[in-house]
Amino acid sequence: MSNKLNHSMSLATPDALNITTKQKIALGLGLIGLFILTLALFNTSFPNKGLFLTFALGLIVIGTIFYSREAYLNKLEGIKNDGVWFKSISSRGFWGWSVGIILTAFYIVLYFYPQYLGLGKDGVANTGLISLFDPLSQLLSGRNASQWFVYGTLYTIAILAFGYKFILKYRHNRYQQIRTVSVMFFQLGFAFLIPEFMYIMNNDLPYYDLKSIWPLNYYIFDEWSVKAFLSNGNTGLALILFGVLSIFVITPILTYKYGKRWYCSWVCGCGGLAETAGDSFRHLSSKKLSAWKLERWLIHLVLVFSVVMTTAMIYTYLGYKSNDFWLTRGVFISLVIGFLTIIFAGVMIFKRNELGKDAKYGAIGFFLVITLLLIMHFTGTTDQLFYIKSGNLRSAYGIYIGSIFSGVIGTGFYPILGSRAWCRFGCPMAAVLGFQQRLFSKFRITTNGGQCISCGNCSNSCEMGIDVRHYAQKGENIVRSSCVGCGICAAVCPRGVLKLENDSMKGRINPNEILLGNDVDLRKLVNEN
Amino acid sequence: MEHVVIIGNGISGVTLARHIRKLSDKKITIISAEAEYFFSRTALMYVYMGHMKFEHTQPYEDWFWDKNRIDLKQGFVEFIDTNSKVLHFSHGETLNYDKLVIATGSKPNKFGWPGQDLEGVMGMYHKQDLENLEKFAPNNKECKRAVIVGGGLIGIELAEMLNSRRIPVTFLVRESSFWNGVLPEGESGIINRHIRNHHIDLRLSTNLKEIKSDENGKVISVIIEETGEEIECDVVGLTAGVSPNIDFIKDSEIETGRGVKVNRYLETNIPNVYAIGDCAEQHEAIGNRRPIEAVWYTGRMMGEVLAQTICGNRIKYNPGHWFNSAKFLDIEYQTYGWVHGKKGRPENEAHFHWKHEDDTKCITVAYDKNTNKFLGINTFGIRMRHETFDTWLTEKRDVDYVINHLAEANFDPEFYSRFEKQIIQSYNNQLQTA
Repeated sequence: MSNKLNHSMSLATPDALNITTKQKIALGLGLIGLFILTLALFNTSFPNKGLFLTFALGLIVIGTIFYSREAYLNKLEGIKNDGVWFKSISSRGFWGWSVGIILTAFYIVLYFYPQYLGLGKDGVANTGLISLFDPLSQLLSGRNASQWFVYGTLYTIAILAFGYKFILKYRHNRYQQIRTVSVMFFQLGFAFLIPEFMYIMNNDLPYYDLKSIWPLNYYIFDEWSVKAFLSNGNTGLALILFGVLSIFVITPILTYKYGKRWYCSWVCGCGGLAETAGDSFRHLSSKKLSAWKLERWLIHLVLVFSVVMTTAMIYTYLGYKSNDFWLTRGVFISLVIGFLTIIFAGVMIFKRNELGKDAKYGAIGFFLVITLLLIMHFTGTTDQLFYIKSGNLRSAYGIYIGSIFSGVIGTGFYPILGSRAWCRFGCPMAAVLGFQQRLFSKFRITTNGGQCISCGNCSNSCEMGIDVRHYAQKGENIVRSSCVGCGICAAVCPRGVLKLENDSMKGRINPNEILLGNDVDLRKLVNEN
Repeated sequence: MEHVVIIGNGISGVTLARHIRKLSDKKITIISAEAEYFFSRTALMYVYMGHMKFEHTQPYEDWFWDKNRIDLKQGFVEFIDTNSKVLHFSHGETLNYDKLVIATGSKPNKFGWPGQDLEGVMGMYHKQDLENLEKFAPNNKECKRAVIVGGGLIGIELAEMLNSRRIPVTFLVRESSFWNGVLPEGESGIINRHIRNHHIDLRLSTNLKEIKSDENGKVISVIIEETGEEIECDVVGLTAGVSPNIDFIKDSEIETGRGVKVNRYLETNIPNVYAIGDCAEQHEAIGNRRPIEAVWYTGRMMGEVLAQTICGNRIKYNPGHWFNSAKFLDIEYQTYGWVHGKKGRPENEAHFHWKHEDDTKCITVAYDKNTNKFLGINTFGIRMRHETFDTWLTEKRDVDYVINHLAEANFDPEFYSRFEKQIIQSYNNQLQTA
């Protein structure tokens, strides 16, 4: 921001609420792009698919870029939230609901009825929307497109185009810019391009987005996946080892140093979409205490579900005898129970003071999992666990959590529940990271002494529904499992109260009754009792 | 059970109530005529700008008050009978109290301008002012121009609000430069230019003569004192400061001056009657502070202190080092310790001023030119750590130390450009030439 530069030649005030003529044109371009995709969806057969696909995607990207430049570049740098609660799209108005319903419908079709998108099954050629993407897929990996390729392409384009918009919106804020470049990079490279190139190099390898970590990537340890990796020699072995290291070694180290944000708002694809395309909806998350209570139950239940499900899956395809492979059912189940017990004991011994009554729930949760696993072990036969078919557990997880929760609700409901409903209420990876962030991480949002004026901008803009103000107005640092470290609360604070920091563990959680600035003796008297 | 009644549900009264609840089991009632629930007054602007909805300005959910057994009563107290300890409401009701706390805050100043009570003329302080503004300035069709009178913190906020709806603003400021009664010249100059860069028609050294009305008693224009120029407008914002909101006390036996007179224990002349926040006036100023401090933070601090006294641990209001903050459109401002503008600057106070070349960031460090003791800092566009400056002020550091350790106090987000080197260089250069 500079007082010397003034790009606007406008005679009227530059801080526009309504969109300008140029923005209308940009919007038109983007909509034409979407229209081409819609025509393809309704089975219009374009003569030159490659050309029309380029047109469609190009128009969407160019439209978004022009729109954003017009929206932000002729204003002074600063917080650009004027009218977000007035606009229909970002305040659950007509356009908000419309977009929500269209997105939800798209997800339902994508997950459950891909044939309507034109997916050709059993060697039949693609039609409709999916066939429009065949040329791009051929170009990248020499095969025809699938519904996932279409989805991946649109997803990546959304992150790139809206990422650009986000960077312009926060062009005074380098934290936001670098973070956004990071999610754009990881989406384009790790989620989109690298898996396609890996396919070219070795088409037996399963699709593997290296940054998608178990338990978010719930199918990586499925039998077909593990077998496919293992049948591909050292590369496959290295990849599956990387998958194991990601969650058990890399994740704890990075989370200790930087908090959960290294993943959720710098690397993750779900987070990437929420931060870019979902940015206009971030303020819609519920800040009620009741929502927080629901969140804590729900996300940890999903984690329990996912741990039990994965353990059960792996268990079923392991053998009994150590002759074939050292990792037998007995060894495996002992390892899992041992690991969970160590975590539980560690937390209870070193961190029980920080947990309060939540510890009881945590303890119950851990014992529940361990008991379930033991029951599983003793009731397990070749194809049955807990006396039910093992595959049922896995497919239930895939449908209810993997598809409906994370996709249909998580993204389809952006304009209704805010951009991080999945990350907040459902993501088991977020639960793991959050558990560590709350108990064993250097990360916190520091509150600046007594400067808070309780205005509520921070809480309003928190996509995870954290009532940031609740802490800030008490002069207390924010140390919350759910915080993804996006840094928007700190950006919108008008008084410079919040700062994301990695500092020492000591004094990280510092509840205050009397804030800095008042009588030192009074502060001593009240705060130290 | 002792009944503590607090008139006013702003930050002072609510902080007091929360702390009494923490310390005791007393019956607590908060009275307000303005709003059902406590809200952050400083956030009203964001409601008009569409950043938030009104409910988001309320720091506590509605169940909070029941859960903490804090009774909320809506009504306007008309008369306080301190002899029989009874409050009389405008609608005829009464309420008994054992201890009474007056925390009624401020009201916008009006200096007797002709036309100051016309329709479309408003302050920007109460929730009702916001509703009024929404009525008279919903967009730039209904309100073709607004004139703001008074160049202080509320004035510039009102300008920002109107600007967000593309309503042209003429901003009349009596002083020769924005807020230069408080800000040193360099800083005030940055804000002047920043205001104009937002296409706000800033008129310095300009006074309001009168406000003219149309045939329906609604504002139609203002006349400038100095030039006689007439400026057509649909809204006039009066933001020439605030004063204690205590008219309803004038008939009681409670001693008032400009505000409710209190001693260091925040007690009035009547036993068991106290006053805190904007409406309280100290008999004698505390240090460099003004006898009336109409600031969010001081209201909160008084609430924190008085809770102790009311719950049996009688202690003085003894605030620590001065601090404050504000945001001027896109430029954040923080201050720690004392930095004076031209007006009222003590003879021994010298300044070191550094300004970034982009004209939106600067700091001013005040120090004692005889002893080199660090007195305070103003910072624009760079966030600083409250705790660090509070410590340095307590430790009575000298200016060299502060300048050379500025990096420790930086509170900007990660990856921001840092300016400590430039500042130190500029400091050394200035000392050499001085």
